[in-house]
Amino acid sequence: MTGILSLTTFFPLIGVVAILVLHALGGKADQAKLENGAKWIALATTLATLALSILLTARFDPLNPGFQFVETVTWFAGLRYSMGVDGISVLFVLLTAFLLPLCILASWKSIEKRVLEYLIAFLILETLVIGVFCALDLILFYIFFEGGLLPMFLIIGIWGGQRRVYAAFKFFLYTLLGSVLMLAAILWMITTAHTSSIPELMAYKFAPGAQIWLWLAFFASFAVKMPMWPVHTWLPDAHVEAPTAGSVILAGILLKLGGYGFLRFCLPMFPDASLYFTPLVFTLSVVAIIYTSLVAFRQVDIKKLIAYSSVAHMGFVTMGIFAGNAQGVQGAMYQMLSHGVISGALFLCVGVVYDRMHTREIAFYGGLVNRMPWYAAVFMLFTMGNVGLPGTSGFVGEILTMTGTYGASTWTALLSATGVILSAVYALTLYRRVVFGEMTNPKLMGITDLESREVLIFAPLIVGTLILGVQPGLILNLTQASVDHLVTAYRAAVGG
Amino acid sequence: MNLTGALQLALPEEFLAVAAILLLVIGAFRPKNNSGISLGAGFALIVAAALAVVGPNGAAFAGAYIADGIAAYAKVAIYGVSALCVLLGDRWLSRLESAQFEFPILIVLAALGMGMMASAGDLISLYIGIELHSLALYVLAAFRRDDARSSEAGLKYFVLGALSSGLLLYGASLIYGFAGSMRFDVIAQASASGTTTGVLFGLVFLIAGLAFKISAAPFHMWTPDVYEGAPTAIVAFIATAPKMAAMVLLARVLMNGFGGASEQWRQVIVVLAFISVMWGAFAGLRQQNLKRLIAYSSIASIGYALIGLSAADRQGVQSMLVFMVLYMVDVIGFLACLVALQRAGRPMETFADLSGLVRERPGLAVVMTALSFSFLGLPPFSGFWGKFYVFKAALNAGEWPIAVAGLVLSVVAAFYYLRLVKTMWFDPPAGAVDVAPLDAKAVAYAAALFSFPVVLIALAFLDPAATLAAASLGTR
Repeated sequence: MTGILSLTTFFPLIGVVAILVLHALGGKADQAKLENGAKWIALATTLATLALSILLTARFDPLNPGFQFVETVTWFAGLRYSMGVDGISVLFVLLTAFLLPLCILASWKSIEKRVLEYLIAFLILETLVIGVFCALDLILFYIFFEGGLLPMFLIIGIWGGQRRVYAAFKFFLYTLLGSVLMLAAILWMITTAHTSSIPELMAYKFAPGAQIWLWLAFFASFAVKMPMWPVHTWLPDAHVEAPTAGSVILAGILLKLGGYGFLRFCLPMFPDASLYFTPLVFTLSVVAIIYTSLVAFRQVDIKKLIAYSSVAHMGFVTMGIFAGNAQGVQGAMYQMLSHGVISGALFLCVGVVYDRMHTREIAFYGGLVNRMPWYAAVFMLFTMGNVGLPGTSGFVGEILTMTGTYGASTWTALLSATGVILSAVYALTLYRRVVFGEMTNPKLMGITDLESREVLIFAPLIVGTLILGVQPGLILNLTQASVDHLVTAYRAAVGG
Repeated sequence: MNLTGALQLALPEEFLAVAAILLLVIGAFRPKNNSGISLGAGFALIVAAALAVVGPNGAAFAGAYIADGIAAYAKVAIYGVSALCVLLGDRWLSRLESAQFEFPILIVLAALGMGMMASAGDLISLYIGIELHSLALYVLAAFRRDDARSSEAGLKYFVLGALSSGLLLYGASLIYGFAGSMRFDVIAQASASGTTTGVLFGLVFLIAGLAFKISAAPFHMWTPDVYEGAPTAIVAFIATAPKMAAMVLLARVLMNGFGGASEQWRQVIVVLAFISVMWGAFAGLRQQNLKRLIAYSSIASIGYALIGLSAADRQGVQSMLVFMVLYMVDVIGFLACLVALQRAGRPMETFADLSGLVRERPGLAVVMTALSFSFLGLPPFSGFWGKFYVFKAALNAGEWPIAVAGLVLSVVAAFYYLRLVKTMWFDPPAGAVDVAPLDAKAVAYAAALFSFPVVLIALAFLDPAATLAAASLGTR
C-alpha cells in the first residue's frame, strides 16, 4: 500500500491536467459544452479521490498509534519528501475528499464565469489540503499549508460577492502574517534539532524557554487559521464574500488546519509551553464561545451569522485540545469533523436560497416552509446539529470537550456550557425568521423547493450527521490509539 | 606562478575580452549583421561560462586574480544570464528597427567586468571590475539615445555611480594605507588580530560603495529612476547579473579580507539589510509603475540576500548564492513579460495597463502571477526557497532579530504583489493587447516553469554547488 498517500494527494492534479487538455483540444468548441465536460471531469476526479481515501481509511489499522502508509524520499538540504497518516490525520483526509465532490456539485449552476479556472482552483486546493494532513516533514507541511492561500485567494477574489477584493486581501494577509512567524519557528527548529522530520521532532525535547517562543509562533499561525478570538475578523468577511463552495471549503476544511496544527505540533512538540499557556487558550476559547455567539445573534446576513457560529464552535475545539486529556482531545477531533460536515451543510443551505434570490439578508426571507417544505426539513436538521442536539454529531463533540475541560478547569467548562444555550438562541432565531412565519415578501412567491441535484448534495451530509450522532464509535475507535498515545506522551512530558 | 599558468587561470575573461574586440571589429565592417553579432556574443558568453567551470583553481597575477569555486559559480550564473539578456535584447532591438550592433558587445564587456569582480583578489582588480561593468551599464541604460527617459536614466546612473566609485576608492585607499596591502589575504592577516579604526573606516566606505552597486538601501536612490527610464530588456540585465557579481564580491571582501573583523561588519550588513527590506516593502506600496515596483522589490530582495550574508559563515554565503540565482530567474522572467506585453505598440508599464490581463493573455498572466507569488515568498515557488535558505542561515548564526523582522516585513511587501495579481485577475479587461513576441514569451514561460516546478529538482543540484562554492571562501 505504499504510495497510496501520494496518489490520494496528487490525484486531483490529474483532473487539472485533464481539464487543461480538454481546453486545449476543444478551443473552438462550444463554450457551454466545454464547461460541462470540465465539470464532469472535476466531479469524476474528486469522486475517485474520495474512493482512494475510503480505501485508505479502510486499510488503516486503528490499533497502531504511529504513522502508517509512510513513504520517504530524501530531497535536498537535508529535507525529505515524507508522507504518512495516523489516527489524527486520516479522518481529515477523508473529510476533505468527502466535501470536495459536494463543492463541485454545489457550484454546478451557480458559477457562471470562468468555470474552468474555478474547477482547477478547487482541484489544486484539494491536493494542497490533503497534503497538509499527510505531510511528515515540517517544510513539506509548510509548503502545503501556505500553498493553499493561492487558490483560496483567487476563489474569493474572482468568484466572490461585492466586497470580494477586500475580503481576499484580508484573508491572505492575515494568514500570511501568522504563517511567517511559524516559518521563523520552523527554521529555528530545523537548525536546532538538525532534522525536519515531524516524528523525530516529536521525540526531540526543546528547552522549556525556547518552547515558549516556538509555541507562540505556531500559535500565531494556527490561531489565525482556526480562527480564535480576537484574530477571527477575517473569517466573516471571507465567508460572506466567498462563493458557496468556497465557504464550504473554508469552514469545512481550512479551519480544521488550525486545530490539526495544535494537535500535531503544539501539544507533542512543546508540551511545557502548552501547559504554561493553557489558561490563555481557555480564556480566549471562552471569550470566543460567548462573545462570538452574541455577535452571531445580531447579524443580518445569514452567512455572517454562520461564520460567527463557526468561530464559537472552534472555541470548543481549542478548549478541548488544551484540556490535555483523552476526552478533551477526542472531543476536539470529533467536534472538528462534525463541524466540517454541519457547517459545510449550513453554507450549502444558504447557497440554495442565495442561488434563487441572490441575497443573504435574513429580513428578506420568511415563511419559506410554505414553498419549500423539504428545504425546511433539511435546514432544520443541520440547525439542530449546529445547536448540538443529542442524536446529531454536534452533540458528541460538545459533550466530550466539555467533559474533558471539566477535568482541567471547572470554570472554563461552566462558562463554555453557556455557549450551548447561546448557540440555540441564535440558530433557532435564524431558523424561525427564515423558514417560519408568514411569507410577506412577494418576491419569494415563486421560489422552488430542492431540485434533485441539491437532494444529491444534502443526502450524504444528512446521513453523515445522523450516523456520527448515534454511532460515535465509528470515529472514536479510529482516533483512539493515536489520541491516547498523544495524551500519554503529553502527560508524561509535563509530569501530570 | 609563471605567465602561462596565470593566463590559463584567467582564460574565461581573456576569451571574453578577445571575443568582444573581434565582434567590435566585425560590427564595424558589417554594421547590418546584428543578429550574427548577437549570436556570436551569446556563444562567447556560454563558452566563457564553460571555461570557468572546467578551468583550474588558483591565484594569479600576484594574487590579483583568483579562480575558485565561488568565482566559477558566480561566472556560470553571470554569463548565463548575460547570454539570456543578449537574446532578449537583440530581438527587442530588431523589433524597434533601430538596432545598433554595439548592444551585444556592451553586454559582453559588462559581463567581462563582472567576471573580474567575481575573481577579484585585491583592491585594484576589484575596482577595475566594477568600473568596467559600470561603464558598459551606463551606456546600456542610455541606449535609446533618442528617448529622453532613457538618456535621463543613463545620466542619473552615471552621476550616482561615479559618486559611489569615489566612496569606494576612498575606502580602498584608507584600507591600503592602514593595512599596508591591496591583497585581500594580506589585509586579512593584518586585521586578524583586531582592526584599527582606519581600516574599519575604509571598510565602511567600501561597503557603502558596493551597496550602491547592489542597490541596498539607503544607497538605492538611483534604482527606481534607472529601472523606469531604461529600456525594459536592458533593465532585465541591470537588475540581475551586476547584483550577483557585486554580492559575490562583497562576500569575498568581507569573508576573505575581513574575516577577523566579522563582528564589526556584521552590524553594518544587518543594518543595510533591515533598511533595504523595510524600504523595499513600504516604498513599493505606493508605486503605479511596474518597473519602479520591480525596483523596490529588488531593493527588498537584496535585503534578504544581505540577511543571508550577515550570518558571516559558510552557510550564510551558501544561502546568499542560492538566493541570488533563484531571484535572478524570477526577475528576468517578470521583465520578459513586460517586454512581451504591448498595447498598440506602446509598452504596458503601469498597473492600469495590466487590468484584466488574464482575459486577454491568460498564459502571460499566469506566468506573472506565478512570479509575483514567487517574489512574495509563497511556497512552493522558488522565491520561498530563496528565503528558506537565507533565513535558515541567519537563524543558525543567531541573527534571529533580523530574520524575524525580514519575515514580518515580507508580509508588507506581499500587499503589492497581491495587488498585481488582483489587477490581472479581478479587474475588468483594459482592451486588446498586441501579439506577444515569441522570444520574450519563451523566456517568461521558462522562468515561470523554473520557479515551479523545476526548482524542486534544480535545488538538488544548486544546493551542493553553492555549498562547494561557499567552501572556497572561508574556513568557518
